[in-house]
Amino acid sequence: MIDALTLAISVAALLLAAWCGADALRDRPTKDANFVGMAVVTLLVLAQLVVAVVELAGGERPQDGTVIFVAYLLGAAAAVPATGFMSLAERTRWGSATVAAGAVVLAVLEVRLYDIWGGAGA
Amino acid sequence: MPDARPDRDGPRRQEQQGEPEQREGLGTGPGRLLVALYAVFTVGAGSRSIYQLATRFDEAPLAYTLSAVAAVVYAVILVALVRGGRTSRRIATAGCALELAGVLIVGTLTLVDPEAFPDSTVWSDYGMGYLFIPLVLPVAGLLWLRRAPRDGTDGAARPAG
Repeated sequence: MIDALTLAISVAALLLAAWCGADALRDRPTKDANFVGMAVVTLLVLAQLVVAVVELAGGERPQDGTVIFVAYLLGAAAAVPATGFMSLAERTRWGSATVAAGAVVLAVLEVRLYDIWGGAGA
Repeated sequence: MPDARPDRDGPRRQEQQGEPEQREGLGTGPGRLLVALYAVFTVGAGSRSIYQLATRFDEAPLAYTLSAVAAVVYAVILVALVRGGRTSRRIATAGCALELAGVLIVGTLTLVDPEAFPDSTVWSDYGMGYLFIPLVLPVAGLLWLRRAPRDGTDGAARPAG
C-alpha cells in the first residue's frame, strides 16, 4: 500500500463530500462537474485497488487479515460510483447529499484500510 | 357464467398494472440518502458479523450475536425502504424503532457493564465508533417515515400533521 495514495484519496473524498454537501445545502442536484469529480476519485480508488492486488500477489500481507482488507478495498471502490448512480435517479438536492455521504464513507474506509494494512511504514 | 369472468377481473387487473408509481415514496428524496446509509450499514455490519461468527464466536458471543441482529435489522429496513408501499412503511417503522431501542439498550449496557462486551458492536457506546450514525439513523428514519409521501391507500386513515 502506498500511504501517499491513501492520503490523496482521503483528501479527495472529503473535498468531494464538501462540494456535493454544499450543493445539497443550496438545493442543487448533482451536475456534470460533480461527476468529473466523482470520476477522479474513482480513478484514484481503482489505482489503489490495482496496487493492493499487485502487493497481495507479491506475497505481502495486511497486518489484520487479508479477508477484512479485501472487503474494505471492495467497499472503498464501490462507495462513490454507487452513490453517483443513485444521484442520477434522484435529481434533487438529496442526490447531492447521497454522494456526499458516499464520499464520507470512502474517507472513513481509507482510514480503516490504512490501519488494517499495518499503519505507518507499511 | 364463465363469460362474465374476464369482464369482472379485467378492470381490476388493469388498475394494478396501470400505476407502478404507487409504490414509490419511501426510497426517493431524503429517503434516497437513508437507503444509501442503510446499505452501507447492512453491508458493513453484515459482513463483519459473518466474519466474526465464522472465525471467533467464542471470544465474545454476546457482542457478535448482537452484531448479527443489528445487521438483520438494517437489512430489513433497507429492503422496506426500497420496496415502498403501505406494508413496507409499517415494517420500516418497526425496524427503526427496534434499531433505536437496540442502540439505546446496548449503548447503555456497554457503559454500565463493559466486561460483557469484550469486543465492540455497531451499537456499543451508542455507536460512537461509527460517528454516532447508528443513533442518528433510526431517528432520521422515523422522522422520514412520518413525512414521506403516502401512496394514497392509507392517507385518509391518519390524522393530518
